[in-house]
Amino acid sequence: MIEARLLTKVFHDKKRGQIRAVDAVSFRAEPGRIYGLLGANGAGKTTTLRLLATLLKPTSGTAIVAGHEVVGEADKVRANVGFLATSTALYARLTSREMIAYFGRLNGLDEHSLRSRIGSLAEELDMHEFLDRRCDKLSTGMKQKTSIARMLVHDPQVMIFDEPTVGLDVMTTRSIVQFVRECRGRGKTVIYSTHVMSEAEKLCDVIGIIHEGKLRAEGTLAELLARTGGPDLEECFVKVVSPEAQG
Amino acid sequence: MSWRTICTIYGKELRDSLRDRRTLLSTIIIPTVVMPALVLGLGKAVSVIISKAREEIPRVMVIGGADSPGVRRDLEKSGKFKVEPASSDWRSLISEKKVRAAAEIPDGFEKALESGSAPAVTLYLYEGELKSGLAVDQLRNFFIGMRDRTTARLLAARGLPTTVARPFEVRIANVAPPEKIGGNLLGGIVPYIIILLCFMGAMNPAIDLTAGEKERGTMETLLCCPAARTDIVLGKFCMVLTGALVAVACSLVSMGASLAVVGAAFAGNPAGQAGHPGSAPTIDPAGILGVLAMVIPVAVLFSAILFAVSLFAKSFKEAQSYAGPMVFVIIIPAIVGMLPGIDLNLRLALVPILNISLVCKEMLSGVWHWGYILAIFGSTALYAAVALALAVKMFGREGVIFRT
Repeated sequence: MIEARLLTKVFHDKKRGQIRAVDAVSFRAEPGRIYGLLGANGAGKTTTLRLLATLLKPTSGTAIVAGHEVVGEADKVRANVGFLATSTALYARLTSREMIAYFGRLNGLDEHSLRSRIGSLAEELDMHEFLDRRCDKLSTGMKQKTSIARMLVHDPQVMIFDEPTVGLDVMTTRSIVQFVRECRGRGKTVIYSTHVMSEAEKLCDVIGIIHEGKLRAEGTLAELLARTGGPDLEECFVKVVSPEAQG
Repeated sequence: MSWRTICTIYGKELRDSLRDRRTLLSTIIIPTVVMPALVLGLGKAVSVIISKAREEIPRVMVIGGADSPGVRRDLEKSGKFKVEPASSDWRSLISEKKVRAAAEIPDGFEKALESGSAPAVTLYLYEGELKSGLAVDQLRNFFIGMRDRTTARLLAARGLPTTVARPFEVRIANVAPPEKIGGNLLGGIVPYIIILLCFMGAMNPAIDLTAGEKERGTMETLLCCPAARTDIVLGKFCMVLTGALVAVACSLVSMGASLAVVGAAFAGNPAGQAGHPGSAPTIDPAGILGVLAMVIPVAVLFSAILFAVSLFAKSFKEAQSYAGPMVFVIIIPAIVGMLPGIDLNLRLALVPILNISLVCKEMLSGVWHWGYILAIFGSTALYAAVALALAVKMFGREGVIFRT
């Protein structure tokens, strides 16, 4: 489970001064459900997810991830989180197998468990063909599968996806979306950030709309549509983030 | 701190670096090639240039001395010179290398010799120009020979032996063993090259493992794992240090091999026997081991500084633009250490890089000042520890890791 409590992150910029990238964001993501974080570019989605994955420290507020507090127990949080983003790349000079094994070892897996885990992940994600190929020689789809295997190697309770389909073709996007659904099926707590409305509509059980660092609205798709009176999520989103709605 | 995590990260970085051509080039190939290129290639090239210059019969000019035809005639008869007709623009002819040197003979030179007075012959050369210098050497030898013959003739005419003018000889003999001579010859340049190669060996891994990872997006992947930040820094730092030490080891091994090859080439030449002038330089093996030991804290210092500087950069190129100019910061104290007359003292023993350059020079020439050696090792280790602590601290700063 993930529980964000008034999570706030302020950056200091020489030119722009203080920037409240995340401003008192609170939400709760339950196991076996996909929580969608919907927002435009620069809305604060990535910063929120980086705070949850303990890559950044909150300026104020906190979050409990898989039972651990993100500031005081950052190592334990990371041991229970799988994080996948466009910015989490692969080591080009390692093979797919070496990449997965490396992160397995860093997550404390012994060699025996690691071998069997790599075997089962390769089977599950159909990776046998390219498991011993260097990552810089893989196709985009193969790279995504390797990233997913890297993310899953320690079988985390919480899965964080930060716009995982940006720049991917239709088939790879479909396989990612399918994989996210499977995570939900296995009872994982999933948080999924996107700016693609159709993806959020299809995938998310609960949607939080984030804009200028603040969580503006939250609920199931039906609840959001009912609250804003919009015909679809796109209209709903525009109404929530429009200056009138904020005023 | 988890040794298992540090070893896992180090093992991965080692494997990754061994597959990186740039790292292999800067840590193994260049350090291995530089020393033989310097000792064999450059040495051979200089020797060929000098021997070709020696083979050339220099064009010289005699200025004045119209009433002393014997000088010109003897110069031509010697077969060692091509005597050009006198010209008023002889200075520009020397500058343009059309004539290598000129000898100015004063009026009444030959008559003055007979009367026993001492006229001066002036030789003109283009200072710093090899062939001009060689031509003047030959001219000087010619005139010294002429002077000696004149002295002998004048003394014989008076019934005196030549020892009147030269009552005793002065000879110079060497007592330094060959390794000491080698140490003095190479002691200046070797630490300079090793310090430079040590820095270059650390530079590429440091940039690749920090700014390179940030640029490629793998840093964020790594930071998602539960490894402690300090363990990540130490694992990566060990790889950077490995790069620096491998570069030093490769340069020392190749230097040893080059000197062995040169020594073998000299072995058959009687003039090249150890201790003879022009013999192959040899170095005391203890000196080499001493240099290797002293380079370890320097390698740690360079690795930590380069790691911290590269970590600050957003991209490989940006890191190169920071690390590149640092080469000059390294070179300057290393060059100062090569200068003659700069001797090690307690104050200089605390100046990083310069201290290593000076103490390595001494160790290679067989001088072991243990007090200074300990002070230098200790101070450099302290600087290295501070730099490493800075690198660890920087790695924990969000503003550095996620700098955009």
